[in-house]
Amino acid sequence: MKSTFVGMVIITLICGVSLFGAETDWELEPMKPDLKDQDSLQRGLALYRDFCFGCHSLQYQRYEKTADDLGIPHDLMEEYVLVTGEPIGSYMSNSMSMEDAKKWFGAAPPDLTMVTRVRSPKWVYNFLQTFYIDESRPFGVNNKVFPNVAMPHALLPLQGVAIEECFGYQSLDVLLRDEVIEAAIREGTYEPEEYDQGFGRELNCPELKVIAGTGSMSEEEFEQATFDIVNFLHYMGDPSRQARMDLGKYVIGFLIVLLIFAYLLRREYWKDIPKPARSPAEHMPTEH
Amino acid sequence: MSESIKNPNWLSRSLAWVDARIPWTNTLEKHATKYYAPKNFNVWYVFGVLASFILGLQLLTGLWLTMSYEPTSEGAFRSVEYIMREVDFGWLVRYLHSTGASAFFLVIYLHMFRGFAYGSYRKPRELIWLIGIAIYLVLMAEGFFGYLLPWGNMSFWGAQVIVSLVGAVPIFGPDLMEWVRGDFVMSGITLNRFFALHVFALPAALVGLVFVHIVALHHVGSNNPDGIEIKENKNEKGVPVDGIPFHPYYTVHDFVAVILFLIAFCAVVFYAPEMFGYFIEKPNFEIANSLKTPEHIAPVWYYTPFYAMLRAATFPLFGLDAKFWGLVVMAGAILIPAALPWLDRSPVKSIRYKGRISKFMLGLLVVSFIVLGYLGTIPPSPLATAIAQIGTMLYFSYFLLMPWYTRREKTKPVPERVTGGH
Repeated sequence: MKSTFVGMVIITLICGVSLFGAETDWELEPMKPDLKDQDSLQRGLALYRDFCFGCHSLQYQRYEKTADDLGIPHDLMEEYVLVTGEPIGSYMSNSMSMEDAKKWFGAAPPDLTMVTRVRSPKWVYNFLQTFYIDESRPFGVNNKVFPNVAMPHALLPLQGVAIEECFGYQSLDVLLRDEVIEAAIREGTYEPEEYDQGFGRELNCPELKVIAGTGSMSEEEFEQATFDIVNFLHYMGDPSRQARMDLGKYVIGFLIVLLIFAYLLRREYWKDIPKPARSPAEHMPTEH
Repeated sequence: MSESIKNPNWLSRSLAWVDARIPWTNTLEKHATKYYAPKNFNVWYVFGVLASFILGLQLLTGLWLTMSYEPTSEGAFRSVEYIMREVDFGWLVRYLHSTGASAFFLVIYLHMFRGFAYGSYRKPRELIWLIGIAIYLVLMAEGFFGYLLPWGNMSFWGAQVIVSLVGAVPIFGPDLMEWVRGDFVMSGITLNRFFALHVFALPAALVGLVFVHIVALHHVGSNNPDGIEIKENKNEKGVPVDGIPFHPYYTVHDFVAVILFLIAFCAVVFYAPEMFGYFIEKPNFEIANSLKTPEHIAPVWYYTPFYAMLRAATFPLFGLDAKFWGLVVMAGAILIPAALPWLDRSPVKSIRYKGRISKFMLGLLVVSFIVLGYLGTIPPSPLATAIAQIGTMLYFSYFLLMPWYTRREKTKPVPERVTGGH
C-alpha cells in the first residue's frame, strides 16, 4: 500500500511541475539580501531618503524603530533623515498628498514599506537597474521588469542614460543610433547585417547598455547602490526578520533537547507493554 | 483508596471534598487513566492530539492578536503591521497564528486520511465521524472569515470571489450575497461581521464540537490500524486485553509527537512564515483595494482542491449557470465524506485487510486531491481545466463506487488480536 501511494504521489508532482513550469520574459539577476550588513542598510536608508522618499512613503514604520534597528543615534536620524522636524516617534510618511500625486504621475506612487514582500528583493533590485530611454513614454523612460511603469528613472543621475541594445535600430533615437553603432565598431561586435537589416524584423532587444559618462556612478557602484536600497527595503518589509532567525535557532535547539528526554520517557514507560505480534498470521482465528 | 481513607492527608481530603461535589477523579479515570486505547496505534494516530494542540495554540495566539487588532477597514491593515513592528513579540504571535492555520488543516487532512484508511467511520463510530465532518466545516468557515481580517488585497479579493459564489444560487443569489456581506459591496461592515464570527461564534462552536467528538470517541472506544474492536476481548477485570490506559502510555507517546510537530512547525514560523506565498500570499502585503484586482486570485492552499472542483464545472445544465453547478460540485465534494459510513459495505474496516480495488481507489483519491489542490493554485487554462475535470470525477468515484467495489472485492482474513505498531 505504502509503495503504491508514494509512487503515485511522486509521479503526480513530476507531471505537475513539467506541465506548468512558468516563464519570465526578462531574466532577473540574482540578489541575496544581507540584513547583518548594517553599513549597507544605513547607506540604503540614505539613498532612499535622497531618491525615493520624496514620492514613496514608508508609512507603517516609525523613524525611531528604523534608527534603533539600524544602529543610528537619534540625533543623527533627526538631523539627516527627519528633516521636517517631526517627532522621532512619527511614522515615515511623506508630505505629498495622494491627490497631488495622482495628478502628477497618473497613479499615486505606492507606499513601499512592504514592496519586497509584495514582489521580491530580486524583483525590486532588477527593476531599479533596468530603466531605459523610451521616447514614447510620458517620462521618456521605460522599464524591462515592469513595462510601461508610470515612474521616472529616479536613479538616473547615478546610473546615467541606459539604452536598449537591439538588432535593428529603428527603435533607437536617431541621435543615439550612430553612437550605438560606433560603440559596436569599437568593441568589435559590429555586424552590418544585424544592424542594417533590422527594419521589418521583429525587434529583439536582449540587453541594456549605459552610455558612458552620463551617470555619476560606475556600473559596480550603481549595482552596490541598488543593492543597498533593496537591502534596506528588505529590512523594512519585515523588521523582525533577523531577530526571528536568531531566536529560531535557540527555540529549535531547545525542542531537540526536549525531544531526547521525551523519547527516553516514552521508552521507559512503554517497556511494560508486551509488543503486539508483527504479522496478522500469529493472531488468525482458530477453528474450535 | 482504602489506604488513604484510613490515613487521610490534606491532599486526599481535598480530593474527596471535590469528588463529592464534581466528578473530578471519575472524569480523569474515564478519559485518561482508565480509558483503554488499543496498544497498536501507529503514527497516523497522533494527528487527533496534534489537532487539539493546534486548536489551543490558535485560541491562545488569537486572543493575543485580538488585543492589538483593529477590526475596521481603515485600521485593520495598519494594526497588523503595528503588531508585526511594535508589539513585543507581536511578529511571533502573528506568525504562530498564520502558520497555525495551515498546520491545522494539514493535520486535519492527515487525521481524516487515517479515518479513510482504517475505516474509523464504520459502526459504532458513525456519529464521531459526522461530528468530525461538522468540525471540518466549521474549521473551513473559521479559516475563511479569518483570512479577511488582515484586510490585505488577497484577503479582500479572495473573500469577494467566495462570497460571490453565493450569488450563483438561483433566484435568491443576489439577496443572499448582500445578506452575507451586510452591504452592497465588500466593506468595513463585512469585515466587522467576519471578525465577530471568527473570534467568537466559530471558535465557541469549534470547542463545543471537539468536546462532543472526544466524548463520543471515549464512549465507543478508539479504532486501530487493524480495524478490530478491542472491547470484544476483555480479561476477567473487564479490561480489554489489547488496551492500555491512555495515561500515562499515550500521553508520554503523544508528548514526543507534539515536540516533533513543534520542531517542524517552528522551522516554518521562524524561517519561512510565508511558505513561499502558500501560507501568506504576496498580494496580502498590500492593503485591500477594490480597484486593483490581483493578477491571479487563488484561495489559500487548504481550500484549493475544492476550488479546482468548483472551476471544473464549465458548462450550464438544465438552464442553470455553470457557476451554480460549480457551487453544487464543491459543496458535494466537501459533504460527501459524511456518507462514508453507509457507502462502505466491506466486511472489514481496515485498508490492511481490504482488497486491491479499495487500496487503488484510496491511492487515487489521495492523488486526485493533491493534483486538484495544485490546480486550484494556478490560473485556469484549457489543459488545467481538463485535468481538474478528470480529477473531480476520480475524487467522486472513490465515494460513489464504494458500495460496489467494497462488496465485490476479495478481502483478507482479520486477526483476532491487534498487530504491529509500538
